[in-house]
Amino acid sequence: MTKAFLSGNDAFAEGVRLARPQVISIYPITPQTTVVERISEMVEDSSLKSELIHVESEHSALSCAIGASAMGARTFTATSSQGLLYMAECLPYASGGRFPIVMMNANRSTALPWNIYGDQRDSLSQLDCGWIQVYVEDAQESLDMALQSYHIAENPLVSTPVMVNLDGFVLTHTYETVEIPSQTDADRFLPPFQTENKMSLDNPKNLAFSVGPDNNMEFKYLQHKAILGSKRIIEETDAKFAEIFGRSYGGLTQGYRLDDADYILITLGSITGLCREVVDELRERGEKVGLLKLRFLRPFPSDDLVAALGSAKAVGVLEKDISFGYEGTVYTNVNSVIAKNGLRLETYNFIAGLGGRDISRENITAIFRHLQTGGQHVNFIGLGVTIDD
Amino acid sequence: MTNQITAKTITDSEIFYGHKACAGCGGSLAVRIALKVLGERAISVLPAGCMSAVGFNYPHLCFSNNSIISTFAGTASMLTGVEAGARAVGIKNFKAVGLAGDGGTADIGIQALSGAIDRNDDILYICYDNEAYMNTGIQKSGLTPFGAKTTTTPSGENIHGNLRPKKNLFEIVAAHNISYAATASIGNLPDFINKIEKASKIKGTTYIHVVAPCPIGWGIPVNETIEIARKMIDCGLWYLAEYENGQFTLNKNPRDFSSIKDYLLSQGRFKHLDDADIEILAAQRDAKWAAIQKNWNTTKEEL
Ligand SMILES: Cc1ncc(C[n+]2csc(CCOP(=O)(O)OP(=O)(O)O)c2C)c(N)n1
Ligand code: SF4
Ligand SMILES: [Mg+2]
Repeated sequence: MTKAFLSGNDAFAEGVRLARPQVISIYPITPQTTVVERISEMVEDSSLKSELIHVESEHSALSCAIGASAMGARTFTATSSQGLLYMAECLPYASGGRFPIVMMNANRSTALPWNIYGDQRDSLSQLDCGWIQVYVEDAQESLDMALQSYHIAENPLVSTPVMVNLDGFVLTHTYETVEIPSQTDADRFLPPFQTENKMSLDNPKNLAFSVGPDNNMEFKYLQHKAILGSKRIIEETDAKFAEIFGRSYGGLTQGYRLDDADYILITLGSITGLCREVVDELRERGEKVGLLKLRFLRPFPSDDLVAALGSAKAVGVLEKDISFGYEGTVYTNVNSVIAKNGLRLETYNFIAGLGGRDISRENITAIFRHLQTGGQHVNFIGLGVTIDD
Repeated sequence: MTNQITAKTITDSEIFYGHKACAGCGGSLAVRIALKVLGERAISVLPAGCMSAVGFNYPHLCFSNNSIISTFAGTASMLTGVEAGARAVGIKNFKAVGLAGDGGTADIGIQALSGAIDRNDDILYICYDNEAYMNTGIQKSGLTPFGAKTTTTPSGENIHGNLRPKKNLFEIVAAHNISYAATASIGNLPDFINKIEKASKIKGTTYIHVVAPCPIGWGIPVNETIEIARKMIDCGLWYLAEYENGQFTLNKNPRDFSSIKDYLLSQGRFKHLDDADIEILAAQRDAKWAAIQKNWNTTKEEL
């Protein structure tokens, strides 16, 4: 184990190096670019032995990764925003074919208007594409989840691609001290990729075929079941990771000061750190507030939510997303768990940080006030206007 | 040269069979022949298009070798991944081969193809050209010739079918300075077989553009596929050529052309053409051949 001062992207690249992917397809886009630059340097200096492929687009980046995965190779690619949307056709292709590719996505706003800064509308627009979606908070979690994601994706019961999301700039370009595990420990954690879902000369297969109405739903049902089943694998992976590296993230969600909390804020990604500080401040004043970080959005952590929200009075969802014409997508998902489980509490949605707009400590304090006093359900933070559903 | 595969020595065993292609389908013959030459160690990638549509209907899968459907645009990029992945897991002596239609190659897939040639990935890309988007029901592609009637270039009083000439994909590919590119036709299978054999032994990206008529889209009887492909060569609207080491070589140099009018009017898709339209096609052909005679290596006499 060594320590280094790394950006989120650098840390992720270190995690990728430790995972030893055999084929990597790369294409640049801000704010993902430095990941593929670091990886290119690693291949150059032989600290990463991998086929590095300079594809001509993101569509090809994922198409290439699918081809390599179909040969049984461990693969990696990375993208962001316009690139994620450009490769959109290949997303359900990879998941439907059950190819356990790991991809980093630097969360960035989508045009129009053009904007290179962070929000989560890119990945949330692809929530239904059949990938496991992870949102990480800091550089250490970035590195750790690069490694963990392969362990989850490649589990034969899961066999599903994983998209790891890092908030653009705020996380991808912010430097922190990060522990880099040794290759020996990484290898102990992550064995080489083995799969039956591949083409081989000993056992030729036809893959990525057509399935008509007679059997199609069975394929989709099995895919759904596998992703639901990945919840257990995600928790087991976290436990194994903790055993070897001494760090645990708690599985699908990570709670903070939830015991006896009446007012709970749900977050994802890098904003969580600041929200924790606000929780501490309010707790010092005796206010019963808490926080729940969603680490995975697919599979959706419904059981964790029920356990965490069961006795709360109100819950807020803070997200850098808006599903135009309705509300934030994460909010919709949270409300569905609350409705299905008959929980009786108020829910509020806080749309913030679109196009990289700063989310301040004051904003978060005001959000907790809103939870306590009540008010309109869907709120745009920092706009100075009121828009309700 | 003993294990060279030729029309005489080609195997009787089949790799692509039991599929649902229409009677007389030129594309399925091209794919069948290509895989017979390349053998069981070929790993084939087919994009959306007729050949994947007729060959991959679960649980009815028609390739005895490793085969996979790619996205429509992604033949070449998936081939790149397959080739790199196969090497990465230690597979030796295999050939990654793309088998894509004209639309999948010249239109939506041209970017990925260009990228693969640029990287000089060790793949063979075969475009079976039936001159339209057949799988979706005969729509115009970038390789549909001037005058052809398709469902999106209907012929009427105002417009006589497709207004634009066929893109010259062979030369577009060659302009990448590719290791090897060739044109071929199912109207001359010995030549096609030789070219597959040759391309498969070259390291780096290789490309074969094989004309493969579609009776449905071309409006010909199902037992005339080969004949129409031959007529297309004989009348000079197609030519058999190679590009290697920066040089174009014409493989077959006819002394004179057969009737272009006969070729065109024997097909439903060209039935509406008048003499002026046919003149345009003849003039385009003559201009092309003048350039070929001037610039290409044409030493070989008629085959
Ligand atoms: C991205 C995308 N756009 C459109 C289609 C619809 N599509 C499927 S096959 C096809 C036509 C294929 O034409 P070609 O490549 O010439 O092959 P052919 O069917 O003639 O063999 C089209 C348009 C698709 N599958 N994917
Ligand atoms: S429509 Fe044409 S190309 Fe498609 S299977 Fe039938 S004959 Fe072949
Ligand atoms: Mg076609």
